[in-house]
Amino acid sequence: MKLLDVSAIDCDVHPTVPDLADLLPYMEPHWRDTISDRGIEAFESISYPPNAPLSARPDWRDERGRAAQNVTSLATQALDRWNLRFAVGNCIYGVHMAFSEDLAAVLARAVNDWLVREWLDREPRLRASIVVPLQNPELAVDEIRRRSEDRRFVQVLLPAMAEAPLGRRHFWPIYSAAERAGLPIGIHAGSSYRHPVTPVGWPSHYVEDYASQAQAFQGQLASLVCEGVFTKFPNLKVVLIESGVTWLTPFLWRLTKFWRGLRSEVPWVDRPPSEIVREHVRMTIQPFDAPDGTERLERIIDHLQSDRMLLFSSDFPHWQFDGDEVLPNGFPESLVGRIAVDNPLETYPRMKECMP
Amino acid sequence: MNDMTQGAGVRAGDAPVEAGIVDCDIHPAVKSWNDLRPYLSDRWWNYLQTYGLRARHGFVRGTPYPKMSPLATRRDAWPDEGQPGSDLELMRRQHLDALGIGMGILNPLSPTGGDQNVAFSAALCTATNEWQLEAWTRQEPRLKASVVIPYEDGEASKAEIRRRAGVADFVQVLLLSRTSEPLGKRRYWPIYEAATEQGLPVAVHVFGYSGYPMTNSGWPSFYIEEGAAHPASCQASIASLVFEGVFERYPAMKLLVIEAGFAWLPALAWRLDKIWHRMRDEVPHVRRPPSEYIREHVWLTTQPMEEATRPRQVLDVMDWIGWDRLLFASDYPHWDFDDPRFSLPPALSTEQKNAVRFGNARALYGG
Repeated sequence: MKLLDVSAIDCDVHPTVPDLADLLPYMEPHWRDTISDRGIEAFESISYPPNAPLSARPDWRDERGRAAQNVTSLATQALDRWNLRFAVGNCIYGVHMAFSEDLAAVLARAVNDWLVREWLDREPRLRASIVVPLQNPELAVDEIRRRSEDRRFVQVLLPAMAEAPLGRRHFWPIYSAAERAGLPIGIHAGSSYRHPVTPVGWPSHYVEDYASQAQAFQGQLASLVCEGVFTKFPNLKVVLIESGVTWLTPFLWRLTKFWRGLRSEVPWVDRPPSEIVREHVRMTIQPFDAPDGTERLERIIDHLQSDRMLLFSSDFPHWQFDGDEVLPNGFPESLVGRIAVDNPLETYPRMKECMP
Repeated sequence: MNDMTQGAGVRAGDAPVEAGIVDCDIHPAVKSWNDLRPYLSDRWWNYLQTYGLRARHGFVRGTPYPKMSPLATRRDAWPDEGQPGSDLELMRRQHLDALGIGMGILNPLSPTGGDQNVAFSAALCTATNEWQLEAWTRQEPRLKASVVIPYEDGEASKAEIRRRAGVADFVQVLLLSRTSEPLGKRRYWPIYEAATEQGLPVAVHVFGYSGYPMTNSGWPSFYIEEGAAHPASCQASIASLVFEGVFERYPAMKLLVIEAGFAWLPALAWRLDKIWHRMRDEVPHVRRPPSEYIREHVWLTTQPMEEATRPRQVLDVMDWIGWDRLLFASDYPHWDFDDPRFSLPPALSTEQKNAVRFGNARALYGG
């Protein structure tokens, strides 16, 4: 089955805030004044330097070199081009980087309002993730409650590197609110830069920063499993977004082996971590960090021991592939329908409510 | 072929090999600090008594994440006096003789480099190296030593490596994985200069204390997470060694990663390749795909051996890494010890088993 034939659901596209000024209409006067009086310029993250090749594919950049800054470009360059049924908009703006939790809450609220007005209201195929001020779980829960009435919000979005591992108990009110609202937790590559991006300090290069995202997801999975998040919230799903894929299997082998030896430390983890992860965790396919080639690709997918985990994504406008090679070269056609339609609909139940 | 299972009942295990197994990870311990007294100056001996070790964590005694057994050791490895790993007779009887170990590499974890006070760290490393010769390798020819170094000080490390030049008992340079910066940084280059000059592999054993959280999202709560997180530090340092151009600069460098497992290496190499193809203009000194440097310069030990419910999958990964790059290690006397008779997947051919159990190590160490 070909991608264009299935009306795929793209689980990771990036509506991009053109400028902080675009968010000002969604802020109270005090905060608008704060932005201008204090000369706050932007909350763009060095996780995606605007001019770095990865951050936007050349043919998707406008004359100013920017991409995905309005709904028209998303529609023509991605939604129409790949005949998409839905796409999940994950706005990667540095809300999670602010040190003031008040400012973070204001930014999150503004980004979500902006997403509704500028994107969701203008494009019926678009869905979005709720940006939350993770700096303060109570404020994050407020934001989830504020948005969850709007069924076009299908997920809660968290960064892969934060102040503390995401399984830690003080984050649990967020998971409780998400589970109650039927929203999966999406963890997207990126950092609040509270800690070095490697466990051995700051590297020299952006290529190392991006490579280190995979290690962040490893740590978050261990934390979510070992702290007992999935024991406490049995209906919660977690989606690892732009995480890479191939690190997962070897990581689960190690974690599961350690669990066999050390489970008395975490007695609430009552089944092998590999089973827990297969049930609760999903991953988007871009970037698919493996060489092209059918045989190896089939083995890598077989190693997952599940056809339910992978979710189709383009990562638009990030430059992960050229042309329309949005599926890894050699990806089994027999799995296209599952990862591009069935798995997304199972992961994001809200999408089923208004199927076109 | 169907998935291999171990079948019912007790497996006989792999037979000993004539030349002897090479165990690349044995941990010797001091009976007491007095063992090091002959090799420390009065100044540093008094410093040790008064201020003690100061790694980059807060605990005077013990470790930040409590282990699951005292000193993380096997319950059956305690000698009558002292701690596991401190009694050569017991090590011979319980490990070297019993399991047919023909060559065992000593990796002292304490004391070793990494103290906050690098001058003290250098003195401790010199003492530990002397002690390895006197207490171990001169007593037992099957045992080989590692040059432990004050790795946060490149020049002092270089001097310690050169001090051991020509002493055949030392077969590698050893540092711990949780360094204060990624290993490709220039501050560590003197280590690689001296190691390659002496023809010694650079071995990186997991643990140590960078001072930064175990994960790049902060401190986890549990020992099981610390264990799961060790490969992340190794992955970051391999990325750093590649992207800083260390393997370009030191083409003879051999990196051996110990106790981090191995199955993650192909995924890391593929990921670095993709990133390099997209943004190689940031690192123009890296002239070839990262996977090529990794294939040429990186060796791994097997313990703790990754296990899958479908063992065939682990074989796929070993195949992707390369059968000449994996070395058996037991981690004696620690709790997560791998037994050379039982730890390798039964489905390996005799040739593959022999490569992992001794051939690859003999080739790496030139022994």
